[in-house]
Amino acid sequence: MKRILVLGGGTGGTLVANLLAKKLRPAEAEIVLVSASARHLYQPGWLYVPFGRQDPRALSRPLRRLLRPRVRLQIGTATGLDTTQQQLTLASGAALAYDYLVLAPGARITPADIPGFQEGVQHFYSEEAAFRLHAALEEFQGGRIVVGVGGLPHKCPVAPLEFTFLLDEYLTHRHLRGATEIVYTYPIGRVFSIPSVAEAAQPLLEQRGIQIETFFNLEEVVPERKLLRSMEGTEIQADLLIMTPPHRGAQFLEGHPLADAQGWVKTDRATLQVAGADNIWALGDVTDLPISKAGSAAHFEAPVVVERLTAALRGTAPNPQHAAYGGHVMCFLEVGYGKASLLDFDYGRPPQVAAPNPIVHYQKMVFNKAYWYLVPTGVA
Amino acid sequence: METITINKEIDARGSFCPGPLMALIGAVKAAQVGEVVAVLSADDGSKKDIPLWIAKARHEYLGAEPAAGATRFVCRKLH
Repeated sequence: MKRILVLGGGTGGTLVANLLAKKLRPAEAEIVLVSASARHLYQPGWLYVPFGRQDPRALSRPLRRLLRPRVRLQIGTATGLDTTQQQLTLASGAALAYDYLVLAPGARITPADIPGFQEGVQHFYSEEAAFRLHAALEEFQGGRIVVGVGGLPHKCPVAPLEFTFLLDEYLTHRHLRGATEIVYTYPIGRVFSIPSVAEAAQPLLEQRGIQIETFFNLEEVVPERKLLRSMEGTEIQADLLIMTPPHRGAQFLEGHPLADAQGWVKTDRATLQVAGADNIWALGDVTDLPISKAGSAAHFEAPVVVERLTAALRGTAPNPQHAAYGGHVMCFLEVGYGKASLLDFDYGRPPQVAAPNPIVHYQKMVFNKAYWYLVPTGVA
Repeated sequence: METITINKEIDARGSFCPGPLMALIGAVKAAQVGEVVAVLSADDGSKKDIPLWIAKARHEYLGAEPAAGATRFVCRKLH
């Protein structure tokens, strides 16, 4: 019997495994999902943990419970991939053979890539870091806080902007806003990558008295001076430094023939097939596609991978209606005070941003709760 | 433009978020000093944004040329 190996138990991997289990007859293939963690994490929720608005324990669930019974779950860390032998090696020494492989191990944070980052900078890109930041914010009594992007690419492009807006709201509630200077930094010459979003966000930042420092690409941190230095030659000093950490792809993929030196897998933008391998596909944060590293991308990519893999397995032609990823991503942008905007775009259609409103904020709140039932399971 | 060996090219056509310039910055950070990175962009704003960032970051802007229905912007990492 053919074996399909899905590497990664996040949004992309879990969804692909479940869709394959729904689509393929049992005799057609064995479906095995390999995950380094027994838990499935909802990372977008970490944004709210520093402000005491979200219990981190509610942001993870047992992966086994999200998977259809037919999917075999193997917990283990991948350490090697041999595409000639068609074998994935795990840290335990186990070698798993595959006929078809789906790579969805996600992106990992690599704070050590920037000198001084681990000692001097806080972030919310892990459960521990988000909770540590919560403690730091609760201790904060006033001063200067800087928020920004510490490396490119990073998961969730809107997160630094959202964090800044929520921080302003949090400090206001704590009656500390008057005693605090907030500085928002961004790598390019405006406050966000999408021009229409930047145009909407800049006045909001200014109205709320948030200082803006554009063209700031973090190069080095001097922890004892609480100082950030940029590639562009500027410096910012603050009492609390909060930056998104640098990211890389899965460690075992760094320098692998299928990926680049950072571990980003070389992926076709439409077919999601991995360059040079006709039985391997990739989706989610691990690809080298210059698109948003967001669960939403993985959500829309998954059906394409499933359609193509199924067609390859059955020796049929993929259904053209479902066989190409059009770049679709849908993200919420929280602007604080109970309002949010929806960003919806694809390769051919730029985002049309409506004014932030309470309805979209409630949609985001509902989505955050309903995610577990709707997304990784393949219902929506 | 004379023939330059491009070490890494990113196809950022249709990439609205995080966009061609952010993709270029990430690739320049990851590249070795002396390497040449290129990005394909269909975004009009790139014609100003990309050369401007390259100048601010003190890398070498090697120019732009039409390619694949869009524009290829080329940058050499200097430090």
